[in-house]
Amino acid sequence: MPEPILSTTNLTVRFGGHVAVDHVTCAFNAGELTAIVGPNGAGKTTYFNLISGQIPASGGTVQLHGKDISGHPVSARTKAGIGRAFQLTNLFPDLSVLENVRLVVQAKAERGFNLWSMVSHHTDLTEQAENILQQVRLLEERNQTVSELSHGNQRKLEVALLIALDPAVYMFDEPTAGMSVDEAPIVLDLIAQLKAQGDRAILLVEHKMDVIRTLADRIIVLHNGALAADGAPAEVMASDVVQEAYMGRGLEGILADV
Amino acid sequence: MIRSLLSGDMPRSKFLGAILLVILICLAFAPFLFPGVRTVDTAARICIFVVLVASYDLLLGYGGIVSFAHTMFFGIGAYGVALSSTHLGRGFDSLIIGAGLGAILAAALALVIGLFSLRVRAIFFAMITLAVASAVAVLVSQISSVTGGEDGLTFKIPRELGPAFKFGKDLFGGELLGVKLNGKLLTYYLIFGGSLILFLTLLRIVNSPFGRVLQAIRENDFRAEAIGYRVVIYRVTATCLSAAVAALAGSLYAIWLRYVGPDTTLSMEIMIDILLMVVIGGMGTIYGAVIGATLFVLAQNYLQNLMSGLSSMTEGLPILPELFSPDRWLLWLGVLFILSVYFFPTGVVGRLRGQR
Repeated sequence: MPEPILSTTNLTVRFGGHVAVDHVTCAFNAGELTAIVGPNGAGKTTYFNLISGQIPASGGTVQLHGKDISGHPVSARTKAGIGRAFQLTNLFPDLSVLENVRLVVQAKAERGFNLWSMVSHHTDLTEQAENILQQVRLLEERNQTVSELSHGNQRKLEVALLIALDPAVYMFDEPTAGMSVDEAPIVLDLIAQLKAQGDRAILLVEHKMDVIRTLADRIIVLHNGALAADGAPAEVMASDVVQEAYMGRGLEGILADV
Repeated sequence: MIRSLLSGDMPRSKFLGAILLVILICLAFAPFLFPGVRTVDTAARICIFVVLVASYDLLLGYGGIVSFAHTMFFGIGAYGVALSSTHLGRGFDSLIIGAGLGAILAAALALVIGLFSLRVRAIFFAMITLAVASAVAVLVSQISSVTGGEDGLTFKIPRELGPAFKFGKDLFGGELLGVKLNGKLLTYYLIFGGSLILFLTLLRIVNSPFGRVLQAIRENDFRAEAIGYRVVIYRVTATCLSAAVAALAGSLYAIWLRYVGPDTTLSMEIMIDILLMVVIGGMGTIYGAVIGATLFVLAQNYLQNLMSGLSSMTEGLPILPELFSPDRWLLWLGVLFILSVYFFPTGVVGRLRGQR
């Protein structure tokens, strides 16, 4: 068994008396795409927030490449290799599309503290950013302000920022939500390509059953913040735990609701 | 060459470029174009306030950080020069030491305030700067043995910068284009040159990768952190830089006035003036500082003259002479401010660039 890229051990967070994530122990391997499912309020996004550091954990640890990163601030986790795309579009609205991606490439190159050189002289960063925009088919919109973009294009840019980070762990939170039928495949193809590279761990919160079926190697089910099931897609969908947890409606029934 | 001096941040609007060029020429040749004590004084003030406002815009317009302590940093630089000239004796070395120490102290103070308050949320920073700035203003007026209290300090600047110093007698007969070549002229060019260098430095900083990170933080600090920028460090650095530049502007102001006091550098009124200048010129663009400071300082100095002119012109008509009475200049300044915010919500520069 190879060393997992990312793992959480007894990861827990309480908000007052409510346990939002309850002792989740789970490991994520290179080249594996794990879909995280569960009804609304099951703690999927909170689990993501604990891993990427937006919320401090009440207990338990997060390890990246075997190193405990639980105490690190968000930016340090990002530099260490945890990349996160957000469920609600979370961009730099008054900057251009190109500048949004360029900022990520610049962070990756650790040139943010360059006070004296002109941005226009860092042509290598601009080229990298343009390459990534090409991949998500946004190159033509490069000079538009983000707030002028369509919702679908904003979602694509959200994914572009994550690709620009080139992290060891990709975390997607409903990447195709609100996208048109034409746009969603572009993003899903990109995720499939990332998976095919084989050296990254990919975590995907997703409600769409067809997406899970085509992409996921493994499904974990969160229920009331706790890990309810973990295994290959066919196995999990058929499992008794899941059937019972959802009062006999099965996973597909739950997912069909949302 | 010009592109590199302006750090690639071209005015991007012909009209804006033309206005900036006119302002630059007027300031560069002010003593020759508008000879007179008052006009040259206005020009020097414009130079200094352009830098002060631009350094504030680095915080507010680029970093999205609201600070009420900008006059405190301005004052630290001014008092630095005054105290060093008083205690170390007049001379250029005192000026340099005073300005240098002032800038370092301002940056250090900004570092402490920033580390304490910018970690949490930017709004705490605003409140803490307000408290610290008020405390310092009270302190300065209380310890009068050092600072001269409310009266302030009058000090001597190097002989070469005084009106008694004459030069160029052999070459030009002591006059050039009818302007006396004396130390006051040299002081003006020291102020102008210093301001120009500081302004171009700020322009460089906002167009550097660092400046872009600040913009990103202003737009969305949450995401800036998530793509790997430690937001608090960038905010604190911006605060320190802005404080140091404000202090240097304060030093120039003290050199120009040969006097420093709470009213000229530390008062809340100046803080509000700075805010108004940033808003009128346009936030988030360093050129806005040039337009904002020029318009505002001109209005402050000449609105009363203009109004007394209007008042006498409208004599005999009902109400109007009263309305234009020079005593009501603040009312009209307020009206001008409201109109400018109404018609140019993104500032004059934002409006001009938008129309390109």
